[in-house]
Amino acid sequence: MLMVQASLDGILLGILFALIAYGMALQWGVMNIINIAQGDLVILGGYIAYTIYLWGIHPAWGVIISPIIMFFVGWGLYKLVINKVVDRDLFISILATFGIAIVFQQLMNFIFGADVVVAQSEYGTTMLFDNSVTLPNSKIFSAFISVLYAVALVIYMKKSRLGRAIRATAQNARAAKILGVDTEKVYAATFGINAALCGIAGALISITLTLHPYVGLPYTVRSFMIVIVAGLGNLPAVAVSGMGLGLFEEFADYILGTEFRIGAVFMLLVLILVYRRFKLSKKREYLK
Amino acid sequence: MGNIKQKDLILYSGLIILGLAAPYLFSAFKVQLTYLCVLIVLAMTWNLQGGEMGYNTFGNILFYGLGMYLTASVQVGMFFPLAEWTESGGEKTFVHTTAQYFQGIGVGLLVSAIVPAVIAGAIGYAILGLRGHYFAICTLGLGIAAGEIAGGIEIIGAGQGFTTPPFPAEIVDTEARGKFFYFLSFALLVGTFIFVKYIYGSRFRLILNAIRDNEDKAEAMGIQTMKYKIVGWMCSAFFCGLAGGIMGGLIGYIDSTDVAFDGREMGVFMVLMAILGGKGTLWGPVIGATLFHFFKEGLWTLILGWQYVALGVLIVVIVVYFPEGLMGWLREKYPERFGEVIDEKDRKAQVELK
Repeated sequence: MLMVQASLDGILLGILFALIAYGMALQWGVMNIINIAQGDLVILGGYIAYTIYLWGIHPAWGVIISPIIMFFVGWGLYKLVINKVVDRDLFISILATFGIAIVFQQLMNFIFGADVVVAQSEYGTTMLFDNSVTLPNSKIFSAFISVLYAVALVIYMKKSRLGRAIRATAQNARAAKILGVDTEKVYAATFGINAALCGIAGALISITLTLHPYVGLPYTVRSFMIVIVAGLGNLPAVAVSGMGLGLFEEFADYILGTEFRIGAVFMLLVLILVYRRFKLSKKREYLK
Repeated sequence: MGNIKQKDLILYSGLIILGLAAPYLFSAFKVQLTYLCVLIVLAMTWNLQGGEMGYNTFGNILFYGLGMYLTASVQVGMFFPLAEWTESGGEKTFVHTTAQYFQGIGVGLLVSAIVPAVIAGAIGYAILGLRGHYFAICTLGLGIAAGEIAGGIEIIGAGQGFTTPPFPAEIVDTEARGKFFYFLSFALLVGTFIFVKYIYGSRFRLILNAIRDNEDKAEAMGIQTMKYKIVGWMCSAFFCGLAGGIMGGLIGYIDSTDVAFDGREMGVFMVLMAILGGKGTLWGPVIGATLFHFFKEGLWTLILGWQYVALGVLIVVIVVYFPEGLMGWLREKYPERFGEVIDEKDRKAQVELK
């Protein structure tokens, strides 16, 4: 029964990871930057939901309020820093967003304190298989909301004017510019949408898992891992590899022990990269 | 040529005399000076990777942390049971004699130099096959994974940390500890500088630069790039391990994520210092580390609590606005002093165009 428990937990968690990874893939594909501060945006979104919970509003409203605020945070961040690292060496964007991540961590530490917090959704739990498997309803809720937003985003990207402009810019920024797309605005919007996705994920994390100012980086690494496995702009693959990662984590937790959980995630990243490197080097290619 | 050599000689002997006299001149700042030496070593070895070879690594912290744990473990393990030491307060029940302490740290440093270099050689083939940002992220993952895993291993203190052997109490001179670690780190700095300077004058550096500029072409020219990349990484690992070993002894307490595998501080510092001074130059990392250290020490106490915010902002500003660093800026301003030949006519023509 522990297997079933771990599998269900892993899949529900994985859907959440896939949502963050989708934002990562979006900005990577469109703007060609790797955002190390991704995880910290998630945690900031979580703290927004936690704040409204402290004000006495149900934290589930965070999935609507948090992305709206985070969109403007992302937009501001783009105007302040990110617009200067687009079109430059990827390492510059990695380092610059690393700097942003440090600033975010510390500011969150000041504002929200260094304690581990969680917003109580009081959704109760579902018992399955004669009470041997416990499933918090908040996790089911979070998976449901993630899927809902992901589907909404896909439709938006396909149908809306901005979505089409974003996809055009991702394909060829210069051509898009010539044809009248304001790429600067598209970039800002992309980063804003990414931050909003982080906001949703953060709000869901605040009710399902725990929040702490310094746990952002593992989320960044998870989303990076999902993107390199699934590729850019392949949503079903992102969802599947997200769930796979969730499963891996739950089983690592169960087999190795909780203290090695984060270590296992980072080791998996190294192993995936090394595996792909060896596979490609047979064809005398390398990861690009 | 003879003239320049003489100028160099005066500069180097002046710096060495300054270095040797520093703990007596600024005796209150011995720990800071030790830090400075270690920071310069880390920046210079990072520069071998990031600056010369073009492999921007976040993973040198792995070797630094490994060196720290290895030195302390060997120093304890040579004379006492390691598990009992780390369990709780071992340092109170077991006391190193003076001879044991110095023997231990000597052997420990030797191990902490060799083992990281061997590990770098062992994982080098797998990791260095990655390029660009994949390499950067992979090494970042390695460093953090090492910290997380070290934090789960009981025999080296797990989450509660590892107290390194205290300096022998039999030595009455209260200044002795500071001086010992300072001279140790200064010796490391001199050794590293001589080594890096030697590399700068050798064919090896040209090969590394060829890899940085275009790896495929370098390979096509018949250079076995992988071999040189691994050797370059092993050199870095060697000195990073030593630096970590000295730092462990100086700090006196090893924590897995906050001291040893401290990617958030030391791991970023080494990148930042090298970039601040100028990647791919001999003196850039030295100047960058010195400036950074002065800035950090001056500011850290003034803005207590806000230092990480300042650090983050500093990273963004340096990376976004000064990616060429101080030496790069100087090079652009005074190209003649860097041995670049400028065609006067060409320069005049450019000025007129403006």
